[in-house]
Amino acid sequence: MTEASALRARAAPAKAAEGSFSGGFAWAMARDLRIAWRHPDEAVLTVAFFALVASLFPLGIGAEPQLLARIGPGVIWVGALLAAFLALPNIFASDYIDGSLEQMTLSPHPAIGWASGKIAAHWIVSGVPLTLLSPLIGLQYGLTPDTLVVQALSLALGTPVLSLLGGACAALALGARGGGMLLALLALPLFVPILIFGAGAAEAQATGMTPMPHLSILLAALIAATVGLPFAVGTAVRIAVD
Amino acid sequence: MNWFYFASPSTFYGLAGRMAPWCFVAAALLAAWGLFLGLLVAPTDAQQGAVYRVIFIHVPTAWMSMFLYFLMACYCALSLIFNTRLSAMMARAIAPTGAMMTFIALWTGAFWGRPTWGAYWVWDARLTSELVLLFLYFGYIALANAFEDPRRGDRASALLAIIGVINLPIIYFSVQWWNTLHQGASVSFRGTSMHVTMLTGMLVMSGAAWMYAAGATLVRVRAIILERERRTQWVRDLGAA
Repeated sequence: MTEASALRARAAPAKAAEGSFSGGFAWAMARDLRIAWRHPDEAVLTVAFFALVASLFPLGIGAEPQLLARIGPGVIWVGALLAAFLALPNIFASDYIDGSLEQMTLSPHPAIGWASGKIAAHWIVSGVPLTLLSPLIGLQYGLTPDTLVVQALSLALGTPVLSLLGGACAALALGARGGGMLLALLALPLFVPILIFGAGAAEAQATGMTPMPHLSILLAALIAATVGLPFAVGTAVRIAVD
Repeated sequence: MNWFYFASPSTFYGLAGRMAPWCFVAAALLAAWGLFLGLLVAPTDAQQGAVYRVIFIHVPTAWMSMFLYFLMACYCALSLIFNTRLSAMMARAIAPTGAMMTFIALWTGAFWGRPTWGAYWVWDARLTSELVLLFLYFGYIALANAFEDPRRGDRASALLAIIGVINLPIIYFSVQWWNTLHQGASVSFRGTSMHVTMLTGMLVMSGAAWMYAAGATLVRVRAIILERERRTQWVRDLGAA
């Protein structure tokens, strides 16, 4: 890597390329969104998986309206979490295999910038559709309108944290033996607190309590994750490539 | 005096070999004393009867499960920041013992919970976060061994261990933050709500768990050092001698 940067410095001695966090972020996000737009099947599969898992529970457990309204918030959260988890390899894996990731580490932009951009694109492709679809699934479970709103709000706050945590784990597991099972062992335990507070918010609303404590903790987790985890993701990508 | 003398695997190998037996001897003596205090001397609890005596295993292993994870994360941070080989080896050597301590804490907790709460397991914050800790240990071990290049495994798993540290305060404070079924801390720096022999027995057993963990880690790190350094001259000399 040092050799390559030395080469680049020799090629353009007059104006050295200026890298920046925002430049790398915008470039990587635009690139990954364009790829997702041209191959919409990945995003569609994520959403279809979510809808499918959520519709398996009434068939397996029983379709009594009280039971469904009781388990609805939790089932929807677990379904969204699993769908977001299954989409994780899309962030880095294909770029790692074809060598694009190595090229990106040679770019003047810092790894933390473009890695964050890729994770933001991943959230837009997986987290946002899941959040938008959740009220529809919630209706199938007979949740009340205010519960649907709280449910969508908790997903909107929680799924970016899942993308950040999962992105760090996906970068760490690049090139490892064990693939998806290993990634599950790494990421799912870290998802547990987010699941508890996310499902707890809609649960509290459904049982007539205020969801604000849960939503506040989710927001706090989102802020902490946004500040801290990009460093971890950048480090993980550098560990994976060199 | 050179503070970094034992930071090299070749010098630490000998030191660990000399220290490990003493750790095990201390662990055996402390465990004998602690079990004597806990099972024979300490009075029966007014509310729980003799069932409470499981704390002499449960509390020390639960403390060690968290402490060992913290120690492991410290070694991981050292290995990431300073790129020292021995720190990564120490972190790898600690992980199985930490996972075992976590497992024993959960298992003994279940045995205590059945007669006291009427259930082996409840989804309470303390229990759930301790279970997550067990999976963090498993994830660390799996990731460390998932690569052809051991140094790559060292660095990837080190970062994972550091991310997982966020779970430790959640476990520790879970009994205060949530109104859990698991009871609050009986021991604190401001004093204790226990009989003094119970406390002494528990602290002695903690010492035993600590010494056992140190001994097991040192034995394991010796094996890791030999495996990693097998191509170096000093290990070959060791084999020849």
